[in-house]
Amino acid sequence: MSGLFIVQLLNGLQLGVLLFLIAAGLTLVFGVMNFINLAHGVQYMLGAYLAVMFYGYTGHFLVAVLLALVATLLFGLLLETVIFRRLYARDHLDQLLATFGIILFLNEAVKTVWGAAPLSLPIPELLSGSVPLAPGLNYPVYRFAIIGSGFVVGAALYAVVNHTRIGMLIRAGAHNAPMVSALGVDIGRLFMLVFAFGAMLAGFAGIMVAPVFSVEPGMGDSVLILAFVVIVIGGIGSIRGAFFGALLVGVIDTLGRSFMVDLLRIGVSTGQARAVAPALSSMLIYVIMAVILAMRPEGLFPVKGRQG
Amino acid sequence: MSGEAGALPLAAPAVPRPRAWLVGVVIFCALALAPLAVPFVGGNYLLLIGSRFMILAIAALSLDLLIGYGGLVSFGHAAFIGIGAYATGILAVHGFTEFYIAIPVAMLAGALFALVTGAVAIRTRGVYFIMITLAFAQMAFYVMGSLSAYGGDDGLTLPSRSLVFGSAALKSETVFFYAVLATLIIVTLALRRLVASRFGRVLQGLRQNRQRMEAMGYSAQGFQLTAYVIAGAIGALAGFLLANSTEFVSPAFMTWQRSGDLIIMVIIGGGGTLYGALVGALAFLSLEEGLSHVTDHWKLIFGPLLVLFVIAAPGGIARWLGWRAHE
Repeated sequence: MSGLFIVQLLNGLQLGVLLFLIAAGLTLVFGVMNFINLAHGVQYMLGAYLAVMFYGYTGHFLVAVLLALVATLLFGLLLETVIFRRLYARDHLDQLLATFGIILFLNEAVKTVWGAAPLSLPIPELLSGSVPLAPGLNYPVYRFAIIGSGFVVGAALYAVVNHTRIGMLIRAGAHNAPMVSALGVDIGRLFMLVFAFGAMLAGFAGIMVAPVFSVEPGMGDSVLILAFVVIVIGGIGSIRGAFFGALLVGVIDTLGRSFMVDLLRIGVSTGQARAVAPALSSMLIYVIMAVILAMRPEGLFPVKGRQG
Repeated sequence: MSGEAGALPLAAPAVPRPRAWLVGVVIFCALALAPLAVPFVGGNYLLLIGSRFMILAIAALSLDLLIGYGGLVSFGHAAFIGIGAYATGILAVHGFTEFYIAIPVAMLAGALFALVTGAVAIRTRGVYFIMITLAFAQMAFYVMGSLSAYGGDDGLTLPSRSLVFGSAALKSETVFFYAVLATLIIVTLALRRLVASRFGRVLQGLRQNRQRMEAMGYSAQGFQLTAYVIAGAIGALAGFLLANSTEFVSPAFMTWQRSGDLIIMVIIGGGGTLYGALVGALAFLSLEEGLSHVTDHWKLIFGPLLVLFVIAAPGGIARWLGWRAHE
């Protein structure tokens, strides 16, 4: 039980850091530009597909990762310049509709180009194998690498947002974008930068999971919903909120799915526990979100003074 | 309080312009004549598709009450469809197949769910409201999927369509089509009355300037919650019809994608005009249906169309046609 618990806790952390990578861009784009981007999830999907594609061309994992990162960054820039830029001034409903159209298109485009069957990326030699946590209990190195890279990115992001000039502008933008613009900052360039960088982070999450999850059309959709849950729990525009929200959601969701039956057996019979556990564990994060929002309608770490 | 209602300083009257009203009449007439085409195109398929379109249009209309008039973007509206459908299905399994039992029970179930979840959700605003309504809908989705006595994830097949005072008249696709059309017209007219009433004007006042309305003594939460409950009941009515249309109920009725589709229908049409939602639902569904006959990869066309549409026609078809329900 305790060994399984540690493994599931690590799995939860892994899901948490992935959600953080996706939610970070989403919460910044939302917080700074007040732009709802449903198409953020497809960046995650594209990251995974591009990694598989570049691996097919080069046969080298690290090169494929770097190329895919650059490609997702460029793709984010392309989307921003061609489409999203025109939508910042629109109301949220128009943004929802347009970005929903982009999801439909890209999901189908991916299916047309790469086929509907799931693809996968082999785990690189260097990161294969597993680490013994206890006698008879191993955990794959690659999954540690995911968790580690997530924390590294999180720390880097924290440093950039809190201790650099550009980070200061981003934070100021999340508080009051018109004021930042009025003070002579080129807000358009700031938006573009934040957007492209957020897209790349989501792409990075997709690249990292390509060897462990199946790479398939629509893989970004359910992740997008989870990322929205995360940023709403954390408070929109807050990187810190996204970080803790992501870990909370990742760990609770994973542990809930593994241990709900055991937990319920304390109160009810085994049969009953088995009957209700799957539904209860699936809805656990939504229950938590509802409870958090009922008590704190602006999330755990609200950005002070943010409008709307 | 009713004495002040006439003096409400609203920016624009809420009632759709005559032109919008005319479009409604044209749509209803066209729908009423559609079964005449059955011998020439598609047979019963046309009726089935038509009924489905109108059922989702009913749900979209009720969502427009929330989005367009209340400013409450609910991302969980499919839950009400599912609840109405499950109420109908579960009653039918236990032998209660009369429509005059199924409809009130379905609508009450929807209203009750709306009351309980709405009381919590109304406390939040903006995107937080979008997400909390999604959360409640997801909970309902998983609960329905776990009802193993009623089919669980696989869903539940209805023994028959609802009876009308003992008669199985609804079995005929033509009769069912007209029953759905009648419901659609009744819902449209009722919602028009509602949004033009004092209640409707307060609701819109709250969307435009909540502080001012609250300062005037209106309880934002009371009015918004009432709108949420009404929309939930109508959504459940659509669920009753959908269950009867397919003679089958499953959790797939209430996925978040379906909730998203309903929002898209309202936005395409343009919120806050009712007829916009009607046009939006019919346009969305016919485009989906039509394009999917042309190519399997119809989303490659549909997606960019949505993007172009937003860039070219902000505010949806309604604004494009010059209907101005509100500023």
